[in-house]
Amino acid sequence: MPQIQIPSPLRQYSGKQASIEVPAKTVGEALAGLVSRHPDLKRHLYTEDGKLRAFVNVYVNDEDMRYLQKEATALKDGDTISIVPSIAGGC
Amino acid sequence: MLKISQSDYASLRQHGEETYPHECCGVLLGHFDDNGANSVSRTVSRIARCGNTRADSPHNRYNIDPKELIRIQREGRERGEDIVGFYHSHPDHPAQWSPTDLAEAHWFGCSYVITSVEKGTATITNAFELSGSDEADKKFVDEKAEVV
Repeated sequence: MPQIQIPSPLRQYSGKQASIEVPAKTVGEALAGLVSRHPDLKRHLYTEDGKLRAFVNVYVNDEDMRYLQKEATALKDGDTISIVPSIAGGC
Repeated sequence: MLKISQSDYASLRQHGEETYPHECCGVLLGHFDDNGANSVSRTVSRIARCGNTRADSPHNRYNIDPKELIRIQREGRERGEDIVGFYHSHPDHPAQWSPTDLAEAHWFGCSYVITSVEKGTATITNAFELSGSDEADKKFVDEKAEVV
């Protein structure tokens, strides 16, 4: 079953779990399953019109899903989905 | 509060000197301490240097490749460590968060450590906690850094 890694700033909305298994065949299904179980996560991951926030990076193992098939990216058992908010800034 | 060893503190400052006149950046690994009464502090057990992907404007911008962060996070998890914050430098600029720093900050509850590097020498290092509940009310709060 694919596993979703939850970054520390979002764990207060995922029952404090750092890793959650979600039965899913695609990234989209996995994320939908995640926010279905933990609705408070939704506004932190998605805009009001349902799009993934620009600063939220989603990786399947070591690949950015934007460069795969996005939410349609197929998953297999043992795959790890990492939710990684951007880290950037500057003076 | 942020607790960090003298060696890690010196190392993140030195990183800024090495990359001058460009911004350096890196990750703080360790654990969160729940002190009760909605107070959480962070203890750093290790720092991880990162590359700055902003090759277009490295003197005043930084960005950490998420792929690098995932590797650091995975290695940290194997050691029982969590990501508790990040650090970067401000070449010839105060060790204060900028509007850009705030706009680009999304790791609530984590420490953001900034070092001013003036003419190649690290001067002041300040720490800030990203506070708030979402993008609409986020803010940086001055944080005491206890160097032990």
